[in-house]
Amino acid sequence: MKQIKILGSGCRNCEITANVIAQAAKDAGVDVEIEKITDIAEIMAYGVMSTPGVVVDGKVVHAGGLPGPDQARAWVRD
Amino acid sequence: MFDAFSNALAFSLLGLDPASRTGAAVQFFIMDVAKIFALLVVVIYVMGLLRALVAPEKVRAFVRGRPDWQARGLAVSLGAVTPFCSCSSVPLFIGFVEAGIPLGVTFSFLIASPMINEVAAVILVGVLGWKLAVLYILAGLVVAWFGGLVMQRFRPERWVEDYVWKIQMGETVLPEPDTSFTGRHRFALTEVREIVGRIWKWVLIGIGVGALFHGFVPAGWVSEYLGGDKWYTVPAAVVLGIPLYSNATGVIPIAEAMLGKGVAVGTTLALMMSVAALSLPELLILRKVIKWQALALLAAVLAIAFTLVGWGFNAIV
Repeated sequence: MKQIKILGSGCRNCEITANVIAQAAKDAGVDVEIEKITDIAEIMAYGVMSTPGVVVDGKVVHAGGLPGPDQARAWVRD
Repeated sequence: MFDAFSNALAFSLLGLDPASRTGAAVQFFIMDVAKIFALLVVVIYVMGLLRALVAPEKVRAFVRGRPDWQARGLAVSLGAVTPFCSCSSVPLFIGFVEAGIPLGVTFSFLIASPMINEVAAVILVGVLGWKLAVLYILAGLVVAWFGGLVMQRFRPERWVEDYVWKIQMGETVLPEPDTSFTGRHRFALTEVREIVGRIWKWVLIGIGVGALFHGFVPAGWVSEYLGGDKWYTVPAAVVLGIPLYSNATGVIPIAEAMLGKGVAVGTTLALMMSVAALSLPELLILRKVIKWQALALLAAVLAIAFTLVGWGFNAIV
């Protein structure tokens, strides 16, 4: 199962990002584990300064701004 | 174009009298809503296509390890082209500290960033003309440069929260942006949606305040109490701006209405800067990383700088 982490200290865009990814996973019929990382030290440990960031299986795939729905689809697939 | 449109809507369709106060306010409101939102969408889209928006991770990599004056020059100019969401000021501050970037340089960046950005610059030119746009941007760059320098003098390191020094930042290769046309187009659309979605309230409030000022404040009252020869107008404008927050774009229609009624240029600039770059809600976000002494100092430095800018322009213009 894919492990997806949303990096962000609770701003509105972080919530939206989590929802977009959850929706994409549901549409694709894939089981994913979504975890929200709100601790600033942990976020910075990923090398991300602009939030929301997205980490898929330990790799940063996105930082800053809302991801598009097609990006979210690509992350939950394969 | 926007003039004709707003005249038609306010005076023909709604049947308001152009000479009445309500008529003037409504016409101003319609014109500015149409003009500013059209400009916003176009400018953000074009900047998105060019991928002209610089990520803070890149700024950090550019600035780190340079001699002080170079670092400061880069911080001020990159701050001016980075559209900045106050929600990322905390990670940004920590990232700069962790990279060993001097605090004074970080403050220069934090001052420049909300005050100047390329989107607001284009709208300034569109609404207030290029002369005022140049004045505002130059004054903003100078304030950011010296503001950071003055902060440094007070050794602000002692006011940084302890945990900030302990954070270790990871090294990550951020994903390369998709530079094909579709990729750029998609990025630009997301930017428009995201930025307009974030700032439309401020812009609308700004236009509303501007419209009320335009329609209901008599020019005679302005010249009597807010003329450029009254020394107290500038500090009053700065103090008024502190509890108020808007972003750099939202304050433009207010400035437009003020200048239209004859408020002095320096007073107007001081209010614009104070509203955009010196506001309690913004400062309080930074409380997570620095102690209140540093916040008070930053507020004082900025208030003094904006007052000097205002007096300076009132004296020469």
